[in-house]
Amino acid sequence: MTGPAETTSGARAAAPAVARARASRRLGNWGHRNARWLFPAPAVLLVAAIIVYPIVYTVWMSLQDWFASSLTAPRFIGVANYQKILVGDPRFREAVIRTLYFTGLVIAGETVLGVAMALLFNREFWGRGLLRTLAILPMVATPVAIGLVFVMMYHPTLGVANYMLTVLHLPPFKWTYSSGTALYALAVVDIWQWTPLIMLIALAGLASLPQEPYEAAHIDGATALQAFWHITLPLLRPAIVVAILFRAIDAIKTFDIIFIMTQGGPANSTETINILLFNQAFSYFNMGYASSMAVALFAVVMGASLVLIKLRRTAAW
Amino acid sequence: MVSGRRRRTGLRTAGFYGLAALFMLPTVFVFYWMITLSVKPQVEATAHPPSFFRFSVTAAGYREVFTKYPFLLYTWNSLVVAAGCTALGLAVGLPAAYSIARWRQRRLALTVLVARIIPGISYLIPWYIFFRHLRLVDTHAALILTHLIVGLPIIIWVMIGFFEDVPPDLEDAALIDGCAYFGVFWRVALPLVRPGVVATAILSFVFSWNNFLFSVILAGRQTRTLPIAVFNMISYEEINWGTLAAAATMITLPVLVLALIVQRHIVTGLTFGAVKQ
Repeated sequence: MTGPAETTSGARAAAPAVARARASRRLGNWGHRNARWLFPAPAVLLVAAIIVYPIVYTVWMSLQDWFASSLTAPRFIGVANYQKILVGDPRFREAVIRTLYFTGLVIAGETVLGVAMALLFNREFWGRGLLRTLAILPMVATPVAIGLVFVMMYHPTLGVANYMLTVLHLPPFKWTYSSGTALYALAVVDIWQWTPLIMLIALAGLASLPQEPYEAAHIDGATALQAFWHITLPLLRPAIVVAILFRAIDAIKTFDIIFIMTQGGPANSTETINILLFNQAFSYFNMGYASSMAVALFAVVMGASLVLIKLRRTAAW
Repeated sequence: MVSGRRRRTGLRTAGFYGLAALFMLPTVFVFYWMITLSVKPQVEATAHPPSFFRFSVTAAGYREVFTKYPFLLYTWNSLVVAAGCTALGLAVGLPAAYSIARWRQRRLALTVLVARIIPGISYLIPWYIFFRHLRLVDTHAALILTHLIVGLPIIIWVMIGFFEDVPPDLEDAALIDGCAYFGVFWRVALPLVRPGVVATAILSFVFSWNNFLFSVILAGRQTRTLPIAVFNMISYEEINWGTLAAAATMITLPVLVLALIVQRHIVTGLTFGAVKQ
């Protein structure tokens, strides 16, 4: 490791200036030697303050009984909150099942559509750049605005969605206005928004596929379908798996669209863990109980992401 | 024979573009519908059957957004929070990303990734309690700090990729010339990754601008950001659809324009560098 340059002019300067220069050089040397932890230090401190501390606090709060709206102090009740969410609260259990169902639904839709679109668009054609540009728009659009537009499109009598159904001679839906269809109507919004991500990831995967297996298969007389099934899909699998896991981690946490469009209703039919937790914490101010749900959600998402990190490593990206 | 083959390829091309149009139609239609609703007069916005192409144009919706609501204040709040979060994120994120790239601090990188993975709602309860205790609810500072959760991980992860592309020879040469690491970072590495800095700054700005969850709890009357303001507009049932669509258009259009500038980096940012385009 090389130190900062020695300045020869410093030797000729007045004594206090020399001392100052020496001190600052010592400081500079020290900074240089310890650069590898000084550089990330501000970020680490900030992350500790806004992430680690809150997490620890949430875990501690999950062992308390406390309503933020009341004047009584938090009361330590051990794991009673966890006991309640695991066995004593059917509403939480339903929310967990609903969250997983919603996640499965949107991921199935997005993967099938996204991969199909990637296979279709994996060629040179006029307008390829425009297609990529269009694909990005739903992912970056403000969720509140998207939710609002879909609320208007889903309106049972005035919305354009039902008008299109009648044009196609299909019966009208109630979309987010009925407990039977609301979760599916929300899934459509999520699929609309995030299918392009899977498509773009799959396109990147397709672009990196080697040509040799296809040439070999062609010589051996394989059909296009066989080549797709036995070459493309297996080679594309790592890309698809990573795409699915990224989407899964975010889909479990879906909040904006649901809160904006239905707020968990009608009749709790779209109440996912996130929405239930949010209402427990900020409508009823039941902080202890809500914290235990937060820890449970945290555990579910962390489990999924550990798989992701492991897979990322094996996929060697 | 030749003309038959040509007709077949012509048909295939037509079929391909037909399919492509079918797949992309929903994407285009939602934005088209948002923008056209925003300029339709109320009678036509809720007309049945709806008018797709022939309608009269009015600015009434946009006028109402500014006259009935303090929309300029909300816009200012969104700007301050997104810009503040991005500036702070760059100030601490750039040196961290440089360090991770230069000294291969994988563990640190994974910690940052974890911060992005944890559900935002699990921070919200303690933040709400702290900020209420410190009387920071309804201040820009609270929003800027919390929005860092959205901005900082993206800045760090995207910038790691850019710093890794800086040739090590250049940095070593600067070190031998007597630059300390701070000098190398500031005078050699940073100027080389300037396009990356612009891209990540825009990404961080966009995701802070779009954030709903943190602001809905921590913003108050004076600091309400645009997403919260627009959400509150939905709650008033009797409002004009034209006004709602105008608000939605105004909040989304700047983001879409910014995103088009950095479109090559969007997927990299969203997948934390797992997918490079």
